[in-house]
Amino acid sequence: MSDTPSEHVPLRLRLAAKGIDGVTLLVLPLVVALILLFVYPFLYGLWLSFRPKDGSLLGNYAKFFSDPFLYETVGKTLWLAIPVTVINLVVAIPVALRVRLMRRQRVLTTILVLPITLGTVLVAEGMLNYFGPQGWFNRVLLTALGPQGWFNGPLMDVFGPHGWFDQTLMMGPLMTAPLISGPLKLVHNYTGVLLSLVITGFPFTFLLVLSYLTGIDPALEKAAATLGAGPGSRFRHIIMPLLLPGLAVTFCLGFVQAYSVFPSAVLLGAPSGPTRVISIAAYEAAFEQYDYSLASAIAMIMGVTLLLVVIAVLGARTLVYRGPAGGGKG
Amino acid sequence: MASTLSTFKSLRLNRVGRDFGRLNALKELDFSIERGEFVALLGPSGCGKSTALNCIAGLLSTTRGSIWLDETRIDTMGPEERGFGMVFQNYALFPHMSVRDNIGFGLKMRGVPKADAAKRIDQAIATVRLEAQAEKLPGQLSGGQQQRVAIARAIVIEPPVVLMDEPLSNLDAKLRLEMRQEIRRIHAGLGSITLYVTHDQDEAMSLADRIVVLRDGEVRQIGTPEDLYLRPARLDVADFMGFRNRIPGRVVARSGDHIILDVAGTEFAGTLRSSLTGDSAIAVVRPDDMSVGETGLAATVEACEYRGRHFFGSAKAPGGIELFFRAPAAYRPGTPVKLAADPSRVLVYEGATP
Ligand SMILES: Nc1ncnc2c1ncn2[C@@H]1O[C@H](COP(=O)(O)OP(=O)(O)OP(=O)(O)O)[C@@H](O)[C@H]1O
Ligand SMILES: [Mg+2]
Repeated sequence: MSDTPSEHVPLRLRLAAKGIDGVTLLVLPLVVALILLFVYPFLYGLWLSFRPKDGSLLGNYAKFFSDPFLYETVGKTLWLAIPVTVINLVVAIPVALRVRLMRRQRVLTTILVLPITLGTVLVAEGMLNYFGPQGWFNRVLLTALGPQGWFNGPLMDVFGPHGWFDQTLMMGPLMTAPLISGPLKLVHNYTGVLLSLVITGFPFTFLLVLSYLTGIDPALEKAAATLGAGPGSRFRHIIMPLLLPGLAVTFCLGFVQAYSVFPSAVLLGAPSGPTRVISIAAYEAAFEQYDYSLASAIAMIMGVTLLLVVIAVLGARTLVYRGPAGGGKG
Repeated sequence: MASTLSTFKSLRLNRVGRDFGRLNALKELDFSIERGEFVALLGPSGCGKSTALNCIAGLLSTTRGSIWLDETRIDTMGPEERGFGMVFQNYALFPHMSVRDNIGFGLKMRGVPKADAAKRIDQAIATVRLEAQAEKLPGQLSGGQQQRVAIARAIVIEPPVVLMDEPLSNLDAKLRLEMRQEIRRIHAGLGSITLYVTHDQDEAMSLADRIVVLRDGEVRQIGTPEDLYLRPARLDVADFMGFRNRIPGRVVARSGDHIILDVAGTEFAGTLRSSLTGDSAIAVVRPDDMSVGETGLAATVEACEYRGRHFFGSAKAPGGIELFFRAPAAYRPGTPVKLAADPSRVLVYEGATP
């Protein structure tokens, strides 16, 4: 036994070398839950989607892709989800760059987490009140800049016809009408849904970006600074490359959330027009036409498009450096 | 700007201070370094060496005082404007760039033409002996290799001031000696100022023209390596410069510098290095200067370790004084010995009552 030790490695050690040990058992309940809650419904839905009312195998899919009322929902959902995710990321990065250096980070992050805990419906109701035609936002805007608004008179005096600007420069008036003539339409359309998705999605995006950003060793930026890199170069050459993999993950998570938008698309959007997202189509198929088979097919299409985008983004992620973002020892 | 920074004559710290909340990490740092000088900043862990370096590089703002390069005040400039080369204590290599790109980063930021940059990078890589590692990422290097990349990255830009924060701490003994020589050579080649942080007195003495001893954020002594080795100005500096034997005694006789202490009933002669008001004093001696003889302080050997050419012993004298000495042979624990030292090698400072 002692002269050929390699042949007598106990099974337990051999399994451990492959990453299987006692702790692995703790994963089992999770696996069971996953199978019951996710894999089974998924497979059932997949099976159901191939059994349409008309009896053919691909009937549902054929129907989806031939009916503009249905297939256009994919484009409409993407047209909402991608801008929302990009806006959130683009806004979150500079904010996180600043917040990273602040002392009272906790207070701010707590305030930002609140919208997540409120839920989409509450935010939607708030927005209806705030941004609606009779809402505060529009009332304040109209009082200030509307035809009878406080600032309209002075603005007209300066920039309007025969105003100071017109008379001194002789290039014609800059303003011929009040800046705002009626309430802005901010709800029950595309803008409403976009705004609500930004409001509910931003904190999540921000917190993720912030945590990825704080994972970058501040010494790296200092080193870059001593080597002559100004703030812009430091961001471009140090922060951005190290942040990109995290941004890809954040994009995917934010996108998945935005892609399955339902409540705000109904409450704040135009659910039969520009914000008729794919989840609405699935809902209508299931609960208005009672065609579960078609609903399953729509859900499958939804899943596949999601997956394609996520795979594309994560695939692009493998092209960049993904190692630890520390600068040295340890 | 770059021209004034590269043709300067001296770097001057004018009562520079830095606080962290209520902690005075640096108090009134006040000295200047001439162009071409190699200065070591020596001090125990936590005394503010890295803080001082960061303030000079512009990575930490100063709380008080000012920093000057000739007549240009630089403590108000950003680090990228000062353009000092810095080797960070924790390296701070860019993890997503190859060794080559790390080293070339400063050249790229300065807009050095590609061909010229490539030549200088190759040279720097050869200097730190990393030819075989040039295309690797920092994460794939050993600690010592990373440290050498950090050195190469700082010197390749040929900065007017090079700041090094313990740049050799992770190297093996042989490579450390080689890199010391290399750093000395680089320094001579650049003709710039090198400020070198270390807590290894050997390293400081072998490299530096002058040594600044820092303790608790205060400069305790500035001098040549010889000054510090032979004539530490204060007890705490002596303590740090390797005078490990600390022998409290009572003054019994004194003529000029020559002084005789009474240590637990035995007379012990030394050289006075500070003013003396009371009659209690502390004598310090290097273990190398303490030897076993016929007369001297009586003590009992506690341990003896092998040091190649000789042995290094520790013993306990009556009164609980610990003594370290150079032993010609391996003494067994418990052996009684008499320890003595040449009075010129015994430095006496004013001290608390024994
Ligand atoms: N960002 C900080 N906030 C608060 N205290 C700090 C900070 N940085 C350093 N200090 C304190 O300032 C003192 C000096 O620190 P510094 O890093 O300069 O020590 P050092 O001499 O470089 O030590 P070492 O040899 O261990 O690197 C220490 O007491 C340390 O705790
Ligand atoms: Mg330090």
